Amino acid sequence: MNVLQRTLERRFLRGTRWLEQRLGAAKGIKWLLSYVFPDHWSFLLGEIALYAFIVLVGTGTFLALYYIPGDSQVIYHGPYALLQGEQMSEAYRSVVDLSFSVPAGLLFRQAHHWAADVFVAAIVLHLCRIFFTGAYRKPRDVNYFIGLTMLMLAILEGFAGYSLIDDLLSGMGLAIAYGVALSLPGIGAQLGYLVWGGPFPGSSSFLPRLEIVHVFLIPGTLAVLITLHLVMIMRQHHSQFPGPGRRERNVVGTPLWPAYALRSIGLLLAVAGVLFLLGGLVQINPIWQWGPFHPYLSENGAQPDWYIGWLIGALRLMPNWEPAIGNYTLIPNPFWGGAAFPLFVFIVMFAWPAIERRFTRDHLRHDLLDRPRDRPTRTAIGAAFLSWVMIIFAVGSTDRLFFRLHISYTAQIHFWRAGVWVLPILIFFITRSACRSLRRTDTHPMRAWQGTVVRRGPDGSITRLGDSADRTQSRPSEEPVGTVPAESER
Amino acid sequence: MRRWLTRRSRIPAVLRLTLAVILAAGAVAVLAAPSSEGQTSSGAGVPGGPPAGVNAPSKSPEPPAPGDPVKTFPDSPALRAQGYTLYQAGCSSCHGIALQGTPGVAPSLRGVGAGPVDFYLSTGRMPLEQPREEPQRAPALYTRGQIDALIAYVASFGGPPAPTADPAKGNLALGLHEFTLHCAGCHQVVARGGLTVNVPVPDLLAATPQQVAEAVRMGPYVMPHFGTRQIDQHDLDSIARYVLWTRHPVNAGGWAIYNLGPIPEGIVAWFMGLAALVIVARLIGERLA
Ligand code: HEC
Ligand code: HEC
Repeated sequence: MNVLQRTLERRFLRGTRWLEQRLGAAKGIKWLLSYVFPDHWSFLLGEIALYAFIVLVGTGTFLALYYIPGDSQVIYHGPYALLQGEQMSEAYRSVVDLSFSVPAGLLFRQAHHWAADVFVAAIVLHLCRIFFTGAYRKPRDVNYFIGLTMLMLAILEGFAGYSLIDDLLSGMGLAIAYGVALSLPGIGAQLGYLVWGGPFPGSSSFLPRLEIVHVFLIPGTLAVLITLHLVMIMRQHHSQFPGPGRRERNVVGTPLWPAYALRSIGLLLAVAGVLFLLGGLVQINPIWQWGPFHPYLSENGAQPDWYIGWLIGALRLMPNWEPAIGNYTLIPNPFWGGAAFPLFVFIVMFAWPAIERRFTRDHLRHDLLDRPRDRPTRTAIGAAFLSWVMIIFAVGSTDRLFFRLHISYTAQIHFWRAGVWVLPILIFFITRSACRSLRRTDTHPMRAWQGTVVRRGPDGSITRLGDSADRTQSRPSEEPVGTVPAESER
Repeated sequence: MRRWLTRRSRIPAVLRLTLAVILAAGAVAVLAAPSSEGQTSSGAGVPGGPPAGVNAPSKSPEPPAPGDPVKTFPDSPALRAQGYTLYQAGCSSCHGIALQGTPGVAPSLRGVGAGPVDFYLSTGRMPLEQPREEPQRAPALYTRGQIDALIAYVASFGGPPAPTADPAKGNLALGLHEFTLHCAGCHQVVARGGLTVNVPVPDLLAATPQQVAEAVRMGPYVMPHFGTRQIDQHDLDSIARYVLWTRHPVNAGGWAIYNLGPIPEGIVAWFMGLAALVIVARLIGERLA
């Protein structure tokens, strides 16, 4: 063990010298290796997304070797009996072949799809962490904007990948997307023509275009933004929760090398492991069961991947409102749910740091995080907004989730049209009072009150010594702090 | 100053105003609701229409083409007599003592023939408890012998012979093709059912080939009926074979999560995939503390 360690160290030093003599990089490496990561598990959520992205690029490269973006119609004669003699596009056939004939093809396809689902989910969870701890405040608002941009790109990227296959579900999804594109006031028709190269289902240049977007443009942009995101974190240093010895101007935690790097590599392996386990054991998007897409086909309960589901919910929830002059429809209905709604959600999120500054008049730099309970109003607004989006999201699948309850679909929609406004307001007040009471009692919501230590005297009297509850996390200091850049305290 | 967000008394009027606007918008949305029927088909992928003419005189079942196989049920005067008794006791209250139907309650059974009776009784849909509800599959109330008796009695009033389907003669690929074309819009492509605009559509996990044939030709409730020109006997055999196949489809990818696609997939992604990774992060993170 010790021998191994020493050999490793010597190798490492030799490598550093090699770099130093050529690039003068030793100082940078030293700085990097002693970069301090603050200790909290929730800081790893973004890392999960990062590693899912790496898995996506790896598996995606494999898939791209076999995918053919062709829309010419061919007849299937492969090993899968149910599609024998069926007419389908080259694209669809290439993915069926990838699933059934390429060694490990299905494993990679499924791992890729699971990775996409988990990637966006991890980003959303990471975003929640950022929001509820106030990590987006100055100076990290810039990085928050980058993160939001990446979330938008990730959603687009997922949709593009889903649509490449040209199976029944992806075709139905594209039909809806086409409807939304056409509904954009003024530019709709031209935009639809530009993207699809003709009326739906589009010209034969559509799939190749989509492939370029999916395998090159968006992933490339994401890679650049991820790099920026990380560089910016290092430059500004991590924020951290308040605690003993933790101040606005320092970072208390674990240095990158060796402790943090090893844990992070562990997490990378865990992410890859979980995604490939899912890919090997749980079936996702069995396109051979859906069959190929033809514009005259549809199926009941067709749904997009979850990260598009909120738009389906909005399309369904939106009353049939179409401003019109005479017979000319100004704004077709799909615009509201499919375009205006996501736009609004993202605008609110982009604007939030400025909105909050405007109301709190707090223009200071913040390197210490808030616990959610310490800012009851912000936490309550966040919870209400989140629940608003989540309810709309859930409505997208009410037909599936509740059809066994035999509640009429129209009745459900009417119920949620009111519920989508009432419930978030309730959640706002519940969250706010929960935060306040938590802050008053200063207990941890999970660990709660842990008892009181008492001593019984020789005469049988009982004296109270104090709570044993964990109070290491004290409230954030109230004194304003200047704009001194953070530095590690080691 | 920094504590502004935490102080109740200073919730700005702006915030109250926003809440008020949101409430008002909600009210508008609710009021605007009745005009919204049918909009779901504009984009959200819920096909079908409202149940039309549920209790109107039913569509007459499509007869098999000449030369097509038909299902024959036992018939004899004794059986008809037994059927008559059963009918008067269990069905006449809605369908009328002479099968003439009751306006607004139940359709006439004159001339429906054997197929619909066999379908409705063998799937336990009849007798209905409430004339206005959608007939549901249930354990059959009558024994096979009693069903045969009722068929003999009702069919004695005329009507086409009952269709039948032989899955062994069908072709799976054709079955998938025809099923996607005619049935998947309501029953979902792997026959897992769903909800059209206002009506739950059953999955086909329990339907026998005979019931599939009868359903296709008669079109129970809001389901359309299909004649031999749309779906010929070979198509019907193939559809029946495909319906049997959907009970054990090729799940090459592993655990099938109900063959429903993205909704269960999203649930797995969040509550198995991401949840597992968050637990890992929690474990690693805790060690740092
Ligand atoms: C407009 C939607 C619609 C279409 C299209 C449709 N069905 Fe149906 N189907 C229904 C409904 C609704 C029921 C339930 C009827 C009832 O409750 O009496 C049903 C019932 C059935 C049943 C009885 C299920 C059981 O287990 O009791 C079978 C079998 C069936 N359909 C087969 C088919 C086949 C095969 C096709 C295609 C040729 C098809 N359906 C097309 C809506 C549809
Ligand atoms: C509570 C009232 C009620 C009772 C009792 C009842 N039915 Fe019905 N029946 C209906 C209604 C309503 C329909 C129409 C259902 C639909 O639209 O799918 C119907 C439809 C039918 C049909 C299909 C008719 C067609 O043309 O498609 C048959 C066959 C049938 N019933 C047979 C019976 C038999 C046999 C019994 C007795 C065992 C019975 N019903 C008892 C209400 C009733």
